[in-house]
Amino acid sequence: MKVGVVVFPGSNCDRDALHAVRLAGAAGELLWHERTDLHGADALILPGGFAHGDYLRTGAIARFSPIMGAVREHAAHGGLVLGICNGFQVLTEAGMLPGALLRNRSLRFEHGWVTVSVERRDTPFTAAVPAGTRLRLPIAHGEGCFYAPADQLAALEARGGVLLRYTGPEGNPNGSLNDICGVIDDRGRVAGLMPHPERAAESLLGSDDGMFLLRSLVANVAEAMSRAGQDVAVA
Amino acid sequence: MADFRFNVSVMPRAGMLDPQGRAVENALPQLGAASVHDVRVGRRIELSVAEASEEAARALVERLAHDFLANPLIEEWQIELVWRGEGAGRPLEAAR
Amino acid sequence: MTLVATVRPPAEQPPLHRRLGLTDEELAAIVERLGRSPNDLELAMFSVMWSEHCSYKSSKPLLATLPTRGRDVIVGPGGNAGVVRIGDGLAVCFKIESHNHPSAVEPYQGAATGVGGILRDIVAMGARPVALLDALKFGDPVDGSTRRLVSGVVGGVGGYGNCVGVPTVGGELTFDASYAANPLVNVMCVGIVAEDAIAHAAAAGVGNQLVLIGSATGRDGIGGASVLASANFVDETRQMRPSVQIGDPFAGKLLIEATLELVERRLVVGISDLGAAGLTCAAAEMADRADTGVRIDLEAVPRREPGMAPFEVMISETQERMLAVVAPERLDEVLEVCRRWELLAAIVGRVTAGGDLTVVDDGAELARVPARALAGEAIVFSRVGRPTPRRRSAPAPGVPLLAQDGLPERGMDPGAVLEALLGRANLGSRAWVTRRYDSTVGSDTVEGSTHGAAVLRIKGGRQALAMATDSLPGLAVHDPALAAAMAVAECARNVAVTGARSLGVTNCLNFGDPTDAEAFWQLAESVRGLAEACRALELPVTGGNVSLYNESAAGRIAPTAQIGVVGLLEDVSLLVRPPFRRSGDVVVLLGEPNAGMAGSEYAALAGAAPEDRPPTLDLEREKALHQLLRRAAAGRLLSSAQDVGGGGLAVAIAECAIWGGLGVEAQLPVALPPAAVLFGESPGRVVASVAPGRLRELAALAAEHLVPCLRLGEVGTDRVRIRLVGVGATGAAEERGAGVADEIDRPLAELERAWRQALPRALGEEA
Repeated sequence: MKVGVVVFPGSNCDRDALHAVRLAGAAGELLWHERTDLHGADALILPGGFAHGDYLRTGAIARFSPIMGAVREHAAHGGLVLGICNGFQVLTEAGMLPGALLRNRSLRFEHGWVTVSVERRDTPFTAAVPAGTRLRLPIAHGEGCFYAPADQLAALEARGGVLLRYTGPEGNPNGSLNDICGVIDDRGRVAGLMPHPERAAESLLGSDDGMFLLRSLVANVAEAMSRAGQDVAVA
Repeated sequence: MADFRFNVSVMPRAGMLDPQGRAVENALPQLGAASVHDVRVGRRIELSVAEASEEAARALVERLAHDFLANPLIEEWQIELVWRGEGAGRPLEAAR
Repeated sequence: MTLVATVRPPAEQPPLHRRLGLTDEELAAIVERLGRSPNDLELAMFSVMWSEHCSYKSSKPLLATLPTRGRDVIVGPGGNAGVVRIGDGLAVCFKIESHNHPSAVEPYQGAATGVGGILRDIVAMGARPVALLDALKFGDPVDGSTRRLVSGVVGGVGGYGNCVGVPTVGGELTFDASYAANPLVNVMCVGIVAEDAIAHAAAAGVGNQLVLIGSATGRDGIGGASVLASANFVDETRQMRPSVQIGDPFAGKLLIEATLELVERRLVVGISDLGAAGLTCAAAEMADRADTGVRIDLEAVPRREPGMAPFEVMISETQERMLAVVAPERLDEVLEVCRRWELLAAIVGRVTAGGDLTVVDDGAELARVPARALAGEAIVFSRVGRPTPRRRSAPAPGVPLLAQDGLPERGMDPGAVLEALLGRANLGSRAWVTRRYDSTVGSDTVEGSTHGAAVLRIKGGRQALAMATDSLPGLAVHDPALAAAMAVAECARNVAVTGARSLGVTNCLNFGDPTDAEAFWQLAESVRGLAEACRALELPVTGGNVSLYNESAAGRIAPTAQIGVVGLLEDVSLLVRPPFRRSGDVVVLLGEPNAGMAGSEYAALAGAAPEDRPPTLDLEREKALHQLLRRAAAGRLLSSAQDVGGGGLAVAIAECAIWGGLGVEAQLPVALPPAAVLFGESPGRVVASVAPGRLRELAALAAEHLVPCLRLGEVGTDRVRIRLVGVGATGAAEERGAGVADEIDRPLAELERAWRQALPRALGEEA
C-alpha cells in the first residue's frame, strides 16, 4: 500500500510528508509533477511549499501540471487526495475543493502553533481522531486565509464540508472565514488543510497530533484494499 | 498574421476585502496624501499574441484570463489592446 | 562588492585603475605580474578580485593567526564553507556570511540575496542545508528609517528562507545607534553532507567542460565598476546601472535541488557557486585550486539583457548561478538534470593547462591573466592599528560615583529594573520577528527560534545538531578582544547547555574602514580575542567572512565579531532545554559572577558609573563549565538549563520562568554590588534546575569540575521572587538611608507581558 507525494518544482515539504507517511505505517513515493500516471499509488498527498514560486497566484500554475490529470482521475474513482498548505491551494485552484486561499489578513507570513477542532470524524482523514480531541499543529504560510463567496460558504457549511476549524487560545492566524482551516469535498474523498500534520508526527518535534490524520488516511486505504481482497503491507 | 499586444489588469473582485489596498491607503497620510481614498491593489500581465485577427487574439486572451491569469472566484479583469503590428512583433527587451 | 568609483567630467578624470578602486601600487603589481599593462577587461577583473571583499587584503594576516585545525575538521577556511565530521559517515557543513551594504540600499533584496548566497555556499560543498540563523543589527528602533530597514530585512530573510524550505531557527536582533546608517545582516547556514560526497570547487581535468547553471546573466551588482560603461558609452543619457542584486528564491530552490542531485550522482568533477565578482571569481578560484587554467567562451553565457559588455558578463553578480566542471562523457546527464529542474545550463568554457584564465568572445581573445594572480596574489596590506581612546560613559543623573554602590536611584526597586530590562528591545521576546520565519519546515526542528541554541535532529539516527550565534557589540566598544572572546564563550555555552559538544566556530567580522588606524585596531583586537578563546576552548575556526568599511559620515559601527558555533548531541533524548519544567525542582546557579557592568544592557538602561569596567573572562573556568554541562546532560541530571547572558542573572531566571510558565522562589547571597549580581553580564554562568533528589549528585559533579554550584531556590508559584541576602544586600544605598527593596517580587504574568511587548512597542507596532 503506497501513498504518493506529488512534487512540483518548488514544493518543499515533500520529503517531510514522505517521512511522516512512513511513520504512519505506509510505503511512500515521491511523484514528479511531469508524470502522467501515479506509479501505483493508492492515495495521494499534495505537500506544502511554493510550487512554481507561488508566481501568478499560489497554486495557479501547478494545477496545470501533467500529473494533475491523473490526480483528478484518481479522485474521480474515489481515491483519497490530501492537500497540505500549498497542496490545499493547488486543489482549490484546480476546482477540486471549494473556495480560495487569500493572503493572510496581517499581510505577513505567519508561522506558529495552532489548536484545531475536528468538525467531522466520519471521514477517511479524521476517523482516527478520538472524540473531543483538539489537534495541536504548526502553520507556516503567507496565503492561508480561506475565502468563499457568502452563498458558497453557506452551502459548504450546510453540507458538512468544513473538516477543521481554528480554535483555542491562539485563535485564527490568518483571517479565514468562519475560522475554517480544513475542508473536504462533497464526495468526501478530497480534503485540504492549511496546517502541517507531517510536522506534527513526532512528540520530539512538539506534537504528534498530526499522526491522527495520517493514520486515518492510511487505515482507510488499507481497509478498502483488504475489502477488495488486495494484499496490504502496513507497518 | 499580425501581432497584438494586450494588457490584462487583474484586480480583486469589487466588494471583496482587499487588505493590500487598505494597507497602502492607511500609509498614505504619512506621505501627506490624506485626501486619497478607495485604494485597490492588483497586478497587470502584458502579453503579445500572433493571430490572424484582433477578435481571435482577444478571444484567446479572454480565455487565458478566465482560466489562468485570474481566479474568477476572487478576481475580476480587464483586457486592453495597446499595440498592433505586422510581422515579427515588438521587441520585448527595451531598456527602461 | 565595495568599489569606490567617482565620475567626473572627462577632462579631469583620474586614471581608470583608480576609478575602479585600485591603488597605483596595485596597478604596478599587476603590470609586473603580467609583464605588460592590463587591458580594460583585465583591469576590471583585477579590480573586483583584488577588492577588500574578495581578497581580504586587509584582514588576511590577521586571519592567519586563527586556529583552524582539528581532529574532525575535513575542510577548513578557504573553500566555500567549512566541514566537520560528526560520525556515521556524516559531516556538518556551516558558515556565516554578511550582506551588509546591499541591505542598507535595498533591505528586502539585500537580506534575501544574503540568504541565497550563504545557502549556495553550503550547497556547493554538496551539503543539504538544514538550518539558517540570521544575526541582524539596526539603529534606534524609534527611527522611521530603522523601522523600514527592519521590516525590509526581516521580510527578505523570511521571503527567501521560507520559499526554499530551509528553516530559520535562530539568530540575533540587536539595536544600537552605531548601526543606524550601516545595518548588519549576517546569515549563518548549516548543512549535512555524507563524508564521501563532499564536493570541491576545483577545476580539475584539462579538457573538462565548464557548465554555467541557473539564471541568465544580467547587470546585477556591477555598481562601481560601471565607470567602465562610460568608457564604452553609446547612449550618453543612460543611467548608472543599479547595484542591487535581485534574488529569486524559486530559482534558488531549483538550483539547490539540481546541485545536490548532480553531486549525489557524482556527475560533476567540481562545482562552485557564483557570488561576489561572479563568473570571474568562480572560474579563477576553481582554476587556482586545481593548478589548471580556464577558458571562458563569452558568447555562450546566456544573457538576460541585450548589449552587455564583456566586463559586465564577467563580473555580474546575478544570483542563483553555479559553475560546474563536467567530464565530457557526463555532459548529457548533467544537462538532463538541469532541464528537469527548469534551469538554464550552458557550456561556457573548458579547463585548460597552463594556469591562465582566458576570456574569448566569438574566437577573439579578450583577456588572458594567470588565474592565481586574480585569486591569490592580491597585495596584502599591513595596516596600522591604534587603540581607541578609553571610553568614559557620562553618568546618568543619580548614578553613584563609585562602582561599589548598588542600584542607581534612591528607592529603586530591582523588580522594576528587571521588568524594564525584559521590556528592552534587545532583550524582549523575538516573536515579532520569528513568526515571519518558517522554523519547522524540514520536520527536524526540536528547538527553534525561541529559547537558546537551536537544536535539529538528524533523521535516521539519534544524533542532533545544536547551533547558536552571538555577538557583544555593546562590550566591544570598550574592549574588542574581550567581546570577541566572550562571544565565542557564549555561543559555546549556549551549545553546551543543551548537552551538545561544540565542533567548530564560524565568524563574521564586521568593522569600519581598515585604513583608519582605530578601526583596524578594533579588527585586530577582535581577531586576537577570537583566536585566544578558540584555542582555550579547543574549537577550530572552519571559515567565515569579513565585512569592512561599515561606516558613514555619522561614524563607524560598534566593532562586531558575529560568532557562530555548531555542536553535536550524540543522543537527542539527552537534550536539556531552558524552560523550568516542574514545580519543586531546585534552581541552581553554576559558575559565579564577577563585577564589571560596562557594555551591559543594565548600563545602557541605568547609566554606567564612570569608572565602571567590563567583566572578566576566565576561559579555563568556562571550559570546565561546558564539560560539566555535557556530563550533567549525559547523566540526565538536569531538568532545565539556560545560560546567563544579556540582562544578567535576573533576566535569565525570569526567562526560564516565563518560558516554562512556572514561577520561582529564590534567594541570592550578595558579595558584589547587587546590580552586578542581578544584572551583570559576566560570563561563565548557567541557571539550571534539577529534581530535589538529584541535587547532591549535581553538586558533586560540579565540585569535580571545580565549578561553583549555588542553590538559589525552587521552581513554583506564579511569581518570580528573588531575595537578596547577606552583607551588602543593599549596598551603599542603605547608608544613604534609601530603603532599597531587597527583593524582586513580581507576578510572572506581568513580567511575561513586559517581555512580549518589548519589541513590538519599540517598533511602534501592536504586539
